[in-house]
Amino acid sequence: MNAPLLVFFVLATMAVLGALNLILQRHPIHSALSLIVVMVALAGLYLLMGAEFVAAVQIIVYGGAIMVLFVFVIMLLNAGVEEHTNASKLAGIAGVPLAVALMGFLAAAVARSTDTVQAAAQTGAVAPTKALANLLFQGFVYPFELTSFLILVAILGAIVLAQREKA
Amino acid sequence: MVPTHYYLILSAVLFGLGVVAFVFKRNIITIFMSIELMLNAVNLAFVAFSQALNKLDGQVFVLFVIVVAAAEAAVGLGIIILIARNRQSLNVERVDLLKL
Repeated sequence: MNAPLLVFFVLATMAVLGALNLILQRHPIHSALSLIVVMVALAGLYLLMGAEFVAAVQIIVYGGAIMVLFVFVIMLLNAGVEEHTNASKLAGIAGVPLAVALMGFLAAAVARSTDTVQAAAQTGAVAPTKALANLLFQGFVYPFELTSFLILVAILGAIVLAQREKA
Repeated sequence: MVPTHYYLILSAVLFGLGVVAFVFKRNIITIFMSIELMLNAVNLAFVAFSQALNKLDGQVFVLFVIVVAAAEAAVGLGIIILIARNRQSLNVERVDLLKL
């Protein structure tokens, strides 16, 4: 087994175990920490694929900013262990086979469709961050500018939602 | 060199686990985290296709998805704080205003 494949399997196992732990843990703070493990493993996979900038953004924005926001809200609301009712057990009985079926169909469809991808793939070095920047600020400059409006609206929405009503 | 379909199958598995978490969990914060897990699985598929086709468009889309996820987290957590303040609970089964 060659080294990239070994690294892939280690990181993939980390990601899947982290995702499973997210489901199995009852306390939201443990789920949040498991999700951070998944995100770090995915950043490693991006590095393996030669997408260095995406890996850095994954660590900084996802692992850093978004997950800190989650942990902050969990601490702020003093979230405890989640409670289960009969309805949620019923959802588990019905949901698990359906979710496993979805996973199987997705994986099968993906595994079958990759023949065309392999045929279209070219050999060659993966383009570095500079090429990504050129593409982002030339080809995708209009959508990129639009995302700034999206973030502005999100900031306004968060402020409006979180402020206390005037007495 | 890792074959592309390995990444895609891992992406499908992570997405499926995100769906399971979405169905299973009763805590609204954990449900929100499972949405983030599904977005991450989609990002992995984007980067895998970007590498397989030797084009960078997929990586640009990942950046846009991350921006949308950050905006979603800001608004969503605001809504969660509001729900927790009004209902004194984070259980989604207590949020049943639209139920008959």
